[in-house]
Amino acid sequence: MMPVRAIEWLGTEVRERIGAFGFFVRFILNLLCRSAIALRRPRLVTQQLHFLGNHSLLIIVVSGMFIGFVLGLQGYYTLSRYGSEEALGLLVALSLVRELGPVVTALLFAGRAGTALTAEIGLMKAGEQLAAMEVMAVDPLQRVLVPRFWGGVIAMPILATVFSMVGIMGGWIVGVQMIGVDAGSFWSQMQAGVDVFNDVLNGVIKSIVFGVAVTAIALYQGWQARPTPEGVSRATTRTVVAGSLVVLALDFLLTALMFSN
Amino acid sequence: MNRIPDAVHEADIVVAFEDLTVGYGGIPLLQGIDIQVKKGQVVTLMGGSGTGKTTLLRAATGQLAAQKGRVLVFGKDIATMTAEELRATRQRMGVLFQQGALFTDLNVFENVAFPMREHTQLGERAIREKVLDTLHAVGLRGAAHQRVSEVSGGMARRVALARAIALDPEVVMYDEPFAGLDPISMGVTATLIRTLSDRLGCASIMITHDVAESFQISDYVYLVGQKQLKAHGTPAQLRQSQDPYVHQFLNGEPDGPVAFHYPETPAFEDWLRKRESADAKAKTP
Repeated sequence: MMPVRAIEWLGTEVRERIGAFGFFVRFILNLLCRSAIALRRPRLVTQQLHFLGNHSLLIIVVSGMFIGFVLGLQGYYTLSRYGSEEALGLLVALSLVRELGPVVTALLFAGRAGTALTAEIGLMKAGEQLAAMEVMAVDPLQRVLVPRFWGGVIAMPILATVFSMVGIMGGWIVGVQMIGVDAGSFWSQMQAGVDVFNDVLNGVIKSIVFGVAVTAIALYQGWQARPTPEGVSRATTRTVVAGSLVVLALDFLLTALMFSN
Repeated sequence: MNRIPDAVHEADIVVAFEDLTVGYGGIPLLQGIDIQVKKGQVVTLMGGSGTGKTTLLRAATGQLAAQKGRVLVFGKDIATMTAEELRATRQRMGVLFQQGALFTDLNVFENVAFPMREHTQLGERAIREKVLDTLHAVGLRGAAHQRVSEVSGGMARRVALARAIALDPEVVMYDEPFAGLDPISMGVTATLIRTLSDRLGCASIMITHDVAESFQISDYVYLVGQKQLKAHGTPAQLRQSQDPYVHQFLNGEPDGPVAFHYPETPAFEDWLRKRESADAKAKTP
């Protein structure tokens, strides 16, 4: 009986996961199909951009600064063993622009803005606000979720850019100001080594993909949340867990696609 | 057989339930319901808690599909409407939710302005005047600037009422419009509901437990319970009714056909047995 039960359990799990993924894909398609409102009423998107972007700025700037400090210290420690301290600026910039900027920003965004989105949508559902909208002949997907989706997608690359810029400044403070690496080498190696298309653009593309993934997951979890305090709490937890794992998995895929020969 | 007895013109019927069965998960909550609501009429749905009054309202707004029978709104079966037809029908409705369902990210003014912004091309000045007039009607003009979290429960219900009537709908459905209101607000709200129906000719469907207030303004009352329509008639007819169910409900008597205690089902007995067994095991050293 045991092997039969195990197979039955496995089959149920696989079927449910495939079903859930199908619902998620359909949810994203629904959002995209209703996205014309973002052009018709851009103010709805800018409001969300302000809410998601500005309110995440502090955590992004502080985290970027500390990541830059650590990169400066660790980079100097490693490079000095090979007598290449002048390449510190290049190391810091490439690390941030290619990887850490988009990835860490997406993880922080999932924790800060993603949870806020899930909780907001979940509580709107629990308070019958979404049902009220539907009865008022207003499509809640279009009126509530689409502006939040595009707000998140636009906010992410901007925040990732800010994160990378602040991180580079952090690396400069530690490397140049505190340790004494030559400032000219720091900046010139960075300028010569960082390619706008291969590095910066790919980093921006990554952050846009992460923005789509994290925002869609956060909205989906809120939309699907059970309309109870416990249901909303579980949904916010799922947003962070699923959002973070998807970001890391997508990062591997995108890195393999973008930077492999 | 349970229809309003007087002659009714088809065109005057705004909402009609025809042999309707509604419920959740395949289990019927109400069966064989026949109700008609005409233009300018205030119709009250009454019944004990959990008897399915709000479920009927959800069926009328298209939020819940009928298990059997039909729900006709403005003469069309809501189950056969296209998405666009349903949207157009809902624009002609106003609904006051049991919990108010105000948008917590908007202030009082913006909540009432919401349907205008979504469905009309009115300018800001016209919206401001219309919203302040509607808020004045519910006595909350001076609270227009306040956040929803700053107003009391009773005030929130009045804001929700203002939002429901903001676009002068042809039918307004009120789910517990008097809950949480002080006596003065209750009287004003009742008068407002009656006035709306008289002045604009809109139909009003009201779910309430407040017998005194609702009987003063209602044209017709339906009483539901025990999964069916138990009685209906004008307030005067129901007051004179000798039906023990109607008598007990209207007079709030503890004894009678309406059971105060929720019935003990096999599921409850099974749960209790397990619970007692677990407690006995826990006591054993």
